[in-house]
Order: sequence, then C-alpha cells, then structure tokens
Amino acid sequence: MLEKISQKFGDIVRTIGGKATISEKNVEDAVEQIKLTLLEADVNLRVVRRFVNATLEEAKGEKVLRSVNPGQMFIKIVYDRMVGLLGEGRQDLVLKGPDTTSVILLLGLQGSGKTTTAAKLAFHLKGKGRRVLIAACDLVRPAAVEQLAVLGAQVGVDVYKEEGASDPVKVAAAALAKAKHELYDVLIVDTTGRLQIDESMMDELVRVRAAVKPDESLLVADAMTGQAAADIAKTFDEKVGISGVILSKFDSDARGGAALSLRSVTGKPVKFVGVSEKPEGLEPFYPDRMASRILGMGDVVSLVEKAQEVYNQEEALDLEKKMANESFSLEDYLDQISKVKKVGSVKGMLDMIPGLAGQVSEEQLDAEGMKYEEAILRSMTKKERQNHLIIGQTRRTRIAKGSGTSVAQVNRLLKKFEKTRLMMKKMVKNKGAMAKMMQGQQQGGR
Amino acid sequence: MRFADRLKAFLGKATIEQEAYFEELCDLLVEGDLGAALASKVTDELKTACTRRGIPGSEPIKLELKRILLAYCREAIIEPQKGSFNVFLLLGVNGVGKTTSCAKLARHYLDKGLAHDVVLAAGDTFRAAAIEQLKIHGERLGLRVVAQKQGSDPGAVLYDAIESAQAQGADLVIADTAGRMHTRQDLVRELAKIDKIVATKAAGASYRRLLVLDATTGQNALRQAEAFGEAVHLDGVILTKMDSSAKGGIVIALAKELGLPIAFVGTGESYTDIKPYKAEAFLDEFLGIA
Repeated sequence: MLEKISQKFGDIVRTIGGKATISEKNVEDAVEQIKLTLLEADVNLRVVRRFVNATLEEAKGEKVLRSVNPGQMFIKIVYDRMVGLLGEGRQDLVLKGPDTTSVILLLGLQGSGKTTTAAKLAFHLKGKGRRVLIAACDLVRPAAVEQLAVLGAQVGVDVYKEEGASDPVKVAAAALAKAKHELYDVLIVDTTGRLQIDESMMDELVRVRAAVKPDESLLVADAMTGQAAADIAKTFDEKVGISGVILSKFDSDARGGAALSLRSVTGKPVKFVGVSEKPEGLEPFYPDRMASRILGMGDVVSLVEKAQEVYNQEEALDLEKKMANESFSLEDYLDQISKVKKVGSVKGMLDMIPGLAGQVSEEQLDAEGMKYEEAILRSMTKKERQNHLIIGQTRRTRIAKGSGTSVAQVNRLLKKFEKTRLMMKKMVKNKGAMAKMMQGQQQGGR
Repeated sequence: MRFADRLKAFLGKATIEQEAYFEELCDLLVEGDLGAALASKVTDELKTACTRRGIPGSEPIKLELKRILLAYCREAIIEPQKGSFNVFLLLGVNGVGKTTSCAKLARHYLDKGLAHDVVLAAGDTFRAAAIEQLKIHGERLGLRVVAQKQGSDPGAVLYDAIESAQAQGADLVIADTAGRMHTRQDLVRELAKIDKIVATKAAGASYRRLLVLDATTGQNALRQAEAFGEAVHLDGVILTKMDSSAKGGIVIALAKELGLPIAFVGTGESYTDIKPYKAEAFLDEFLGIA
C-alpha cells in the first residue's frame, strides 16, 4: 500500500515536473495527493489540513510556478515545511548540572514502552557519566517492578523499589529523597501506563509530578499510533504537562505520522526515538529524516549508515587491494553477494533512495538472478572459488548440476566475473593515478 | 469529546445532502482510523444511496451508514471445541497486551463454561519479568502456568505446556509469546518455528492463532497483520485497549483489506473486561447509536 501511494505521489510530481509551467490546478492535485500520503502515514487529520492549507498558499506563489523545476520546488517546500514543523535540529534533554539531582518523569498509555525506555534512558545517561537511579512507580501491572529490577541490573543502574507498596506518590518521593541523599544526579521515574481519559489515574500522575518536580516530563508514545496520537498527547500535556516526547517502537515500518501530530498539537519536541529491545536502542531524533520517512521520500542518510554497518573500513581497503592486484576471486564475489543481502533486500535499499521509493517493484529487480548466482558459487569447491581459471568443462557441468542451473548459466556468471574483474582493475588504476596526481599537486604547492 | 460523541453530534445534525456534509463525514471516518481510502469509499457509497433513494433525516442516514460499514466487517467466533484438546496462541508486536489478554481469555472461557481446565504457557521468554507477570495472573485466577526460565526456547516451553496439559486432562492451553516487531525477519521466522512445533505437537487438536492488536494503532496495523499472516495462518484478532479514546476503525480496514476477522475486544484492566466482537455492537458504539 505504501508503495502504491508513493508511486502515485511520484507520478504527480513527474507530471508537474515535466511541465515548464504548472497551473494552480496541478498544484491542487499534488496537494490532494500529499494529503492522502500524510493520512496514510497516520498524521492527524486536523494537522494535515492545517499543514496542507499553509503549503498551498506558498506553492501557489509566483516563485514556484515560475521556477525552473516547479515539481522539485514544490516537493522542497513541502519537505522544508515539514522539517520546520518537526522541530529545528536535534533537541537534547534539559537537565541540571551533575552537582544536583535532575528528575525525569516518564508517562504514557499502557504498553507504550515506558519501562523499557526507562532502562534505555538510564543506560544512555550513564554513558554520559551520569549517576542514575530509577524509581519503580508502576505498581499496577503485575511484575512491572521485577521487570525494571532485571533491566536495571542489565544496564548496571540502581533501581529504587518498595516491596508491597501501593502508593506511587510515596514511592516517588522516597526515591527522590534517596537520590538526593546518596548523590545520584539523575532520577528516572517509571510510572503506570494509563489512559488519558481516566480521571483518577491522571490525578495520581499530577500528584507524582508534584512530589518529584521533574525537570523533564517525557511522554512515551508508540510510533505506530493512529489518529488518536494527537488527542493522547494533548490530554497528557493539558492535565499533567509534558516537556517532550520519546517515540518508541520506531524500528517498525510505521511511517510515524504520529510524530508530526504530537509535535504540532503540543508544540513539544520529540527528543528520542526507541529502536530494538536492547539497552542501547535509543537514538536521537532527526526532524529531516523523519520528514523523509513520513513523505515516503527515502532516506539517504540511513542508507549510508546501514551500508557502513556492514562494510567496515578495513574490509573496504582490503577489497581495494584485491581489486588492484587482481587477486579478487570468486570467493570475494560470493562475499559481496552476502553483504548486499545483509544491507537488506535490494528493494529495501532502493526504497531508501529519494525518487526511487515505490517506483521499482520486486519483479523488476534481478533479485532472482542473485539467488542463482549464489547457488552456483556455493556449488563450487573452495579451490575453484579461489582460482576460477581451473574451472573447465567437466567442472562446469558438475557445478550446474549441483546448483540446479544450466551450464549456460554457469558460463554467464564466469564471463560476468571476468568482466567485473577487468573493470575493477581499471577503476583502481584510475583512482591510483588520480591519487598520485593529487599528491603531486600538494607537494608542488608546498 | 470522545470520537463517538463527536460523530453522534455530527450525525444528529439536521442538514444533509450537501457536499460539505459528506466531506465532514469522510473526515470523521478518517479520524476513526478507517484509513483515507476506505473512508472516502464509504462516504461515496453513502452519498449514492442518499441521492438515489433520498434518505431523509439523520436517523435513517445513520442506519444506512451502519449498513454500509457492516458489509465490510467480519466476525470470528473463537471458542474451545468441546470434547477436544485446544491450543490458542497469542502473538503481536510489543506492548499490545498479549500477556493480559491470555489471562482475560482464560477467565472468559472458564466463566462461560466453555473450558473446564485451562493451562497458561509462558512463551514470552524474552522480556524481563514477562514470565513472572503471567505467573501472577495464573495465581490470581487459580490456573497452572507452565514456564521455564527467561531466555529459554519458547518452542520448548510450549511443547512442555501442551504435553503436561494433555497429561493432566486440561482442555485448553493459552500460549503467550514474546512481543516482536513484524519487521524483524528473524523474530517472525522464530514465530513460524514456534507455530510449527505447536501444530506438530498438538496434531489433531483445535489450534487457533490470534493476533493481538492495540486499538490505538493506525494504518500500520495492516502491515502487522500482513507480515504475521505470511508467517502463520491467523484465525482472528483480539483488539485491546478499546476503552481509551481509541476508535478502532482500523479493524474495519483489516477485515476489508485482508479479510481478517475480529474475535475479541478487550477494554479495562480487570479480568472480565473482554468480550467477543460483535460487528453490530461495535458499529453502534463506533457511530454512537444508542
């Protein structure tokens, strides 16, 4: 469904982009499409409407209609506006100096991930040299206190808990006293998940807040939340007051329109996003990347980062060396195939490239071909992969049989490999020549 | 104002048959998490019905809207089969309420006399204290909980649970699983493996897999259902946390897009806060029909 939307969106952009001038009607069509895109990303309808109307004003201006590439210009306006709306740059926690105790209160609906986030946040702050205490104030959910104790031990952070306690206000106050007395510089207060419409539970939260006077009250919100996100954030902000948001479960494929709703309804920044279930799975929030994701425009930064995870510097250098002295073997070729697979599906990779998102379908890709190549390579002996020159007719027949392919396919792969090798050699030579030239210039300059 | 109240107030208005009316209705349906595409489709259908048959007044139009939506809804009746051994597996993303739903479901079947002996299987061996959480539920409900220690193989836990339930003559095993993102291929594969183990071990039993879904979830629910549905056959959905301002309109989209029926709706925090999903009752609440 997502692909279809961004494909449609892309179509509109192309129709606009292809024209020297665009009419107001064109802009309106595109705006309509953007509206749908935002709704599919679960951005709150009222937020969408406000956003779209504001964009329309600007997009109908002379500047766009007369610009060299109206389509691109238009997208840029939408994107820039959204980034602006999501917040200016990265927003960090605002805590007091380490000479005193800062308090962070975590609140949110049931199952939004408060307890997990408490541990992640503690781990994050510990890494910054803070001395952290977590207060276990979720006294409703069975075993929530135990969960926090286990997680605290995992990340090496102390947890304050009271056996058989029933009043979270008392526990929070006692935890704060302990934190101050024992010179902890951050106290993180985990609370029970509650519905924003539950009056008595919200009152309780107000009392917890009064008892600890937090420096940061962070709403933990599920990135997969739908239209309700705006109401939830608004009510929590009005009744208890929040200073920021942590968007949890961001490693889902949700486009995260909730972020835009939360931000524009409360005006409070998203400070972190939660990914994975590991303690280190808490990342800073980048408005620009979020905007790309909501628009389904692709995310180059993430792509580069993902590739970096798989390819480390050493391996890259090693590969370059191999390419230069022609020792690049089928063994390395196979390694490359598995690397590409690690980055994710080829389609997943292409989707992260702006302008390509949703435009290439799985069938158009030669993912199948790669599967065959891998099968063929794996049907070779190690010796064959290290020296492809020994692969004669009989070996080819055997490999084809072993991989369930034909001799022709094996031949094709070997030919392709030869070609690749040749190309690599040329590439490295060129690069070497260029590097030498640069060096010469630098020396000459001195 | 609650969504249903807003919709009710809107549907109570006297003036209809105007373009603006339908636009506003469409917006309200979008706000109910029906999804933009389905909302406009439903609105169009309603508009056609109104112009063709000339539906006067707000009451008939409300009923017409309900009739249109009802055509998309799907119900599943998930009950233990009398005289046979039953295994129900609960799955879903993190924090949707799987563990709580296990306990509620057990209580529901016992109360209704649909099961006489229920065993809970602590298949969430990943999350810290998930096992303790289920054990506390078991204690409160007086049910046996089969568990191993944290980090053990969930497939093995469920295998044991089925074996021991069969040995003690229990008629229903309700199995909890660890919350997992539908985008984590390795974890989805693990789920498929668990499913295979259960299906093999409980061959001949009535085996049901239930997707647990948070009612506040937006369009991503479709993705979740799709991804999990590819790994294991889904028999129905348990919609949790329906007592918030959540509208749960996503289940209509789920039924329409994926043909996935809804089995239960969970509301409050007490054990009895779960009831079988009835499309008509759901829509009455969704549309604010008293």
